[in-house]
Amino acid sequence: MTRRTVARTLVYVSLIAATAVILLPLAAVVLTSLKSEREMANGSGALALPDDLLNLSNYATAFQDGRMLSAFANTAVILLFAIGGTVLIGSMTAYAIDRFTFRFKKLVVALFLVAALVPGVTTQVATFQIVDSFGMFDSLWAPIVLYMGTDIVSIYIFLQFVRSIPVSLDEAARLDGANAFTIYRRIIFPLLKPAIATVVIVKGITTYNDFYIPFLYMPSEDLGVISTSLFRFKGPFGAHWETISAGAVLVILPTLIVFLFLQRFVYNGFMKGASR
Amino acid sequence: MTDDTIEKTAPVTRAPAPAPAPRPARLWRGATPWLFLLAPLALLLTFTYAPIANMVAYSFTDWDGVSPELHYTGAENYGELFTRSDLFEVFWVSGYYLAASVVQIVAALYFATILSFNVRFRNFFKGVLFFPYLINGVAIGFVFLYFFQDGGTLDSVLSLFGVETDRAWLGTPESANTSLAAVSVWRYLGLNFVLFLGAIQSIPGELYEAAELDGANRWHQFRHIIAPGIKPVLSLTVILSISGSLAVFEIPYIMTGGATGTETFVIQTVKLAFQFNKTGLASAAAVVLLLIVLAVTWVQRRLVPDDRVDLV
Repeated sequence: MTRRTVARTLVYVSLIAATAVILLPLAAVVLTSLKSEREMANGSGALALPDDLLNLSNYATAFQDGRMLSAFANTAVILLFAIGGTVLIGSMTAYAIDRFTFRFKKLVVALFLVAALVPGVTTQVATFQIVDSFGMFDSLWAPIVLYMGTDIVSIYIFLQFVRSIPVSLDEAARLDGANAFTIYRRIIFPLLKPAIATVVIVKGITTYNDFYIPFLYMPSEDLGVISTSLFRFKGPFGAHWETISAGAVLVILPTLIVFLFLQRFVYNGFMKGASR
Repeated sequence: MTDDTIEKTAPVTRAPAPAPAPRPARLWRGATPWLFLLAPLALLLTFTYAPIANMVAYSFTDWDGVSPELHYTGAENYGELFTRSDLFEVFWVSGYYLAASVVQIVAALYFATILSFNVRFRNFFKGVLFFPYLINGVAIGFVFLYFFQDGGTLDSVLSLFGVETDRAWLGTPESANTSLAAVSVWRYLGLNFVLFLGAIQSIPGELYEAAELDGANRWHQFRHIIAPGIKPVLSLTVILSISGSLAVFEIPYIMTGGATGTETFVIQTVKLAFQFNKTGLASAAAVVLLLIVLAVTWVQRRLVPDDRVDLV
């Protein structure tokens, strides 16, 4: 029996150690974000408690001088269009592939399959030229179109779901005189709600967090999204860790809230997305 | 499971073919799927396949990305890539991340296994382990720049234990790369863990009960029930880790900008293309990376035939 208790204790010790390793770096940044410039200078160490736990002046600085407000606005616009587009494109593709037989269907499916294997980072060298030739460089359209057009994972998620909708529903509607578009809009799309929720969450979080695409395609400061605006903190706030920390916390907070409220969907979504 | 039953009954309901429609209607029906696929295919071709084709074409030229002039140079770029040691060296940096992903997979397996059994505060631990995966990469970069800074989080924690260090954690190539690889473990452990946990929990519980009746201990249960059950997910994870280690960009770019020997292959490619205007050479580098990733995936598909990847 003692061996079991020892094993059990070790399990908890390892879990608590892991929790500490994960939370400590974050906690230190939260603490730092609440400190004043003077406190930072006296060298009390990263884990010392701030004098005033409600000192939010660094957050104000981050918002005003760090342009976080316009960053959140730009991110919101991109999120809205990219997610909306992804949902429409993914569900239409899934509907067409699952419900119709047509010539070159195998080829179309293969095109989507192979595209899923191509790592996006590698092709940006040439994608850049194409985006540029459309005149979309340094505009919000570049990330929107790229997020919309190259998301194979959500097509998979929709496809799995469309398959589970009985074909007899389509047939019944067709007998009532509905055409393919009515069937997609009135029957398939409404029934896809759980899949839509999954795609919205996964796509939302990955879009919100993406750095590479906005960094490459939107160099002008007015078009900063949260990733690139936070990245620019490095220059002006160089040694001002209290402001940088406040910016980082501002960026992490929305993710934490979404995670806490939608845990089940988040786990499910990322599991489906990764193991497509 | 439900998918299967529907798949099987589907042909039956589909079987009574609709009466042959008049000609214009039939044409219309043939065009319908293409109308749905128009936008998706256009985007796919423009932003995935056209770039690949262009990239391959650029890789045989000396184009700088802006001037209208470009010259065909044959395989010169590829030759340069493999013979100039400073260009090729960056591949060794991937070794750090590869080693880190071994640590990461083992740790993820361990935590997934223990959390699949009855543990108090299970959801809390699960959430904590997974959360870093959701955090913005730039925020993670700053959190850890502060962590490794002189007098930052790590030094403060160490001094709590009475260890005084003067070490610049990001100061030497070995130390910097190890630190950055550790950050990547911190960031990606959660995804592996959740995938493993999902696979383990989909193993029917009766198997454990039966094994327990036969006197199997936890190790036996892991070895003979859990390990075979998660094999597909494990092979997927290995593939993602290998291609991920080759394509590392965000963390080192944000934290060190590729300084002190932390430049990875992708950072180098991005710099070649967008700082030094060597689009031709950068394209060749990207083609090489793409080929490696595809080869790795192909090998994995051959070794572990994955029956779940059935799109049609």
